[in-house]
Amino acid sequence: METARKRRGKAPKVAVAAAALLPLTALTGCSGADPADAEAKNTLTIQDYYDEAHDPIYQACAKSIGVTIEINHVPGPGLIPKVLQQSSSRTLPDVLMLDNPDGQQIAASGALSPLSDYGISGEGLVPSVVKAGTYDGKLYGLAPAVNTLVIFYNKDLFQAAGITSPPRTWDELRATAKKLTSRDRYGFAMSNINTYEGTWQFLPFMWSNGGSEQDITTPETAQALQFLVDLQNDGSMSKSSVIWSQDDVIDQFIAGKAAMVVNGPWQIPTLTEQKDVNWGTFTIPTRVASQAPVAPLGGEMFTVPRTGDKAKMAKSGQFVKCLVSSASQLQSAEVRQNIPADPAVAQKFGESSQTVMPFVGAVRNARSRTGILGPGWPKAATKIYNAVQIALTGLAPPAEALRQAQGE
Amino acid sequence: MTSANLSLTAAGDSLGRLGRKAAWMRLFRRHAQWLFCLPAIVFVAMFFGYPIVQNVVMGFQEYGVSTFYSGEAPWVGLANYVTTFSSHLFTTTLVNTALFTIGSISFQFVIGLALALFFKRAFPLSGFLRSLLLLPWLLPLIASSAVWKWMLDQESGVLNQFLGLFGVDPVPWLVDPTLALIGVIGVNIWLGIPFNVAILYSGLQAVPRELYEAGSLDGAIGWKAFRHITWPSIRSVVSVVLVLGVVYTLKVVDIILGLTGGGPANSTQTLATNAYNKSFVEFNFGEGAAISNVLIVVSLVFAMVYLSISRREAHE
Repeated sequence: METARKRRGKAPKVAVAAAALLPLTALTGCSGADPADAEAKNTLTIQDYYDEAHDPIYQACAKSIGVTIEINHVPGPGLIPKVLQQSSSRTLPDVLMLDNPDGQQIAASGALSPLSDYGISGEGLVPSVVKAGTYDGKLYGLAPAVNTLVIFYNKDLFQAAGITSPPRTWDELRATAKKLTSRDRYGFAMSNINTYEGTWQFLPFMWSNGGSEQDITTPETAQALQFLVDLQNDGSMSKSSVIWSQDDVIDQFIAGKAAMVVNGPWQIPTLTEQKDVNWGTFTIPTRVASQAPVAPLGGEMFTVPRTGDKAKMAKSGQFVKCLVSSASQLQSAEVRQNIPADPAVAQKFGESSQTVMPFVGAVRNARSRTGILGPGWPKAATKIYNAVQIALTGLAPPAEALRQAQGE
Repeated sequence: MTSANLSLTAAGDSLGRLGRKAAWMRLFRRHAQWLFCLPAIVFVAMFFGYPIVQNVVMGFQEYGVSTFYSGEAPWVGLANYVTTFSSHLFTTTLVNTALFTIGSISFQFVIGLALALFFKRAFPLSGFLRSLLLLPWLLPLIASSAVWKWMLDQESGVLNQFLGLFGVDPVPWLVDPTLALIGVIGVNIWLGIPFNVAILYSGLQAVPRELYEAGSLDGAIGWKAFRHITWPSIRSVVSVVLVLGVVYTLKVVDIILGLTGGGPANSTQTLATNAYNKSFVEFNFGEGAAISNVLIVVSLVFAMVYLSISRREAHE
């Protein structure tokens, strides 16, 4: 008993000693042998918030340009804090993925190198993708595949209510939602939470009606906000939408507690697993049928941070070039159920599936969030979700809510 | 005279040598004392002093995303404080912080004291129940807030379903701006009770039994015994509990972020959550630092109160 306890007590010390020695041996290994050194020079580090499903695409590109890669998947919310730490300690990865609205702020900090250095222009891609990656006239990041918002609807509920075609205008959407609302079900659901997620969900209504983030106190934006308030007052949208995230909303949909929900294609894999939910998608309606639907552009861009190692940065540039090629676009789109950034590739991709087609059209007209304000976007985004919250919680009517939020 | 003088000088000499030795010893002792304190001083300077000073400095800088790469944080004078104080949100957060702190502390304390008094009496299972009472304290805050968010849900939350049994309409606990703060305070009260019970209970244990025996002869029983014996005896413990409680509650972020994220419509935004949002969501560390400096000053006031109480106690 006694000896066993002693031995157990000693084990951690041995481990610590071994751990302390490890870097030493690693160091000697590095300085001594040339091949290992060459290998380190030929290894690119990649950082993203995806998962293993994306690895084959990276591996294929690594193979095509003759490098080995080290992939580091970081949980979504942890990526930017990590990037900031890496910026200050000069340990940024060779290839960095960023959520597209974050791209401008990171580019503005000077941590990224322009993609033109590597002969990448973004020609042929959807204009908003290029716009999202451009800061101060230079291209810093490109997204192989992008996404946007549409409405997912429960086909069985539509059929039971005798609705044959999806709504095209706000009035039709309001009427449809009312028809689908029952004692234990809301006709319509979306996330109006007090985060950037809430802003992103409001944008299709605001933008399609001609609203702009430069000045949110316009009648067009007020109209859009009024529409959401109407849906809530009708009882068609839960008052809880102000604390629901997009994932909460899709849970409501899957549980049959919401008949139509605003959400993105990244939910398709989850929805496909739900065998008892018969679902379809349609484009988010506009106020009047003649308006063109404008949805916000989502998706992740790839960038080449300034690591100081010119040779490696050139390799990283080649790697990014491969990631945004048509073949990789198609693969990325399949993995994440996103839409290829090249309209021609997207068209081909859309033809493969009925549910994907509404997204293809939406992406072509999608607008990047940072397109007008650049690094000033987060501030505007905060104002927008605040206004939505003030109006939906009944603290002020829409126009007044927008004025209050604008002044903040 | 001379001989006397001589002996005197000799004595003085030896005295001087002795004195010098004593002085040296004193000096050594004083330095040795410092030497023993040194690790503590270094620790406090590194982990408390440096961050606080850095935070104060950051409040005068434009410290954003770019700073991390360029290392440049331009001085902006009082700009961060001007934006903070002139923002509509500042009054809201100040009022919310006050309501949150006062609401949480008063209920935590009263309920905590009642429970502590209750457990002072010996009864079967008292020890077991007392340890159960500590459970909320042991749970990770983010887990408790997730569970509470689920329980307070308007449509499917267990609380509203329970109230529904009595014919109460679903209450929008976390959805209505006027109720959300109450909901958040309620959860924080639940979380704070164990701390109050634990400290107050130990304070009660220290009250000599003889006092009650003597008091009962004079007719001090029940409420009178509490007023004239228990309360005066635990007063110093009470002030410690209250002051520590205030300092803890002022800086609560996890519970509020987990339940409402400061919403809806900023109705549960406090100084602490606003500082968090500015720093870690908007990455505007300068403004975030300015807000947390305000919070530091408020906390310092209460820390001073705490120090003076404990010092008075040491003298008694």
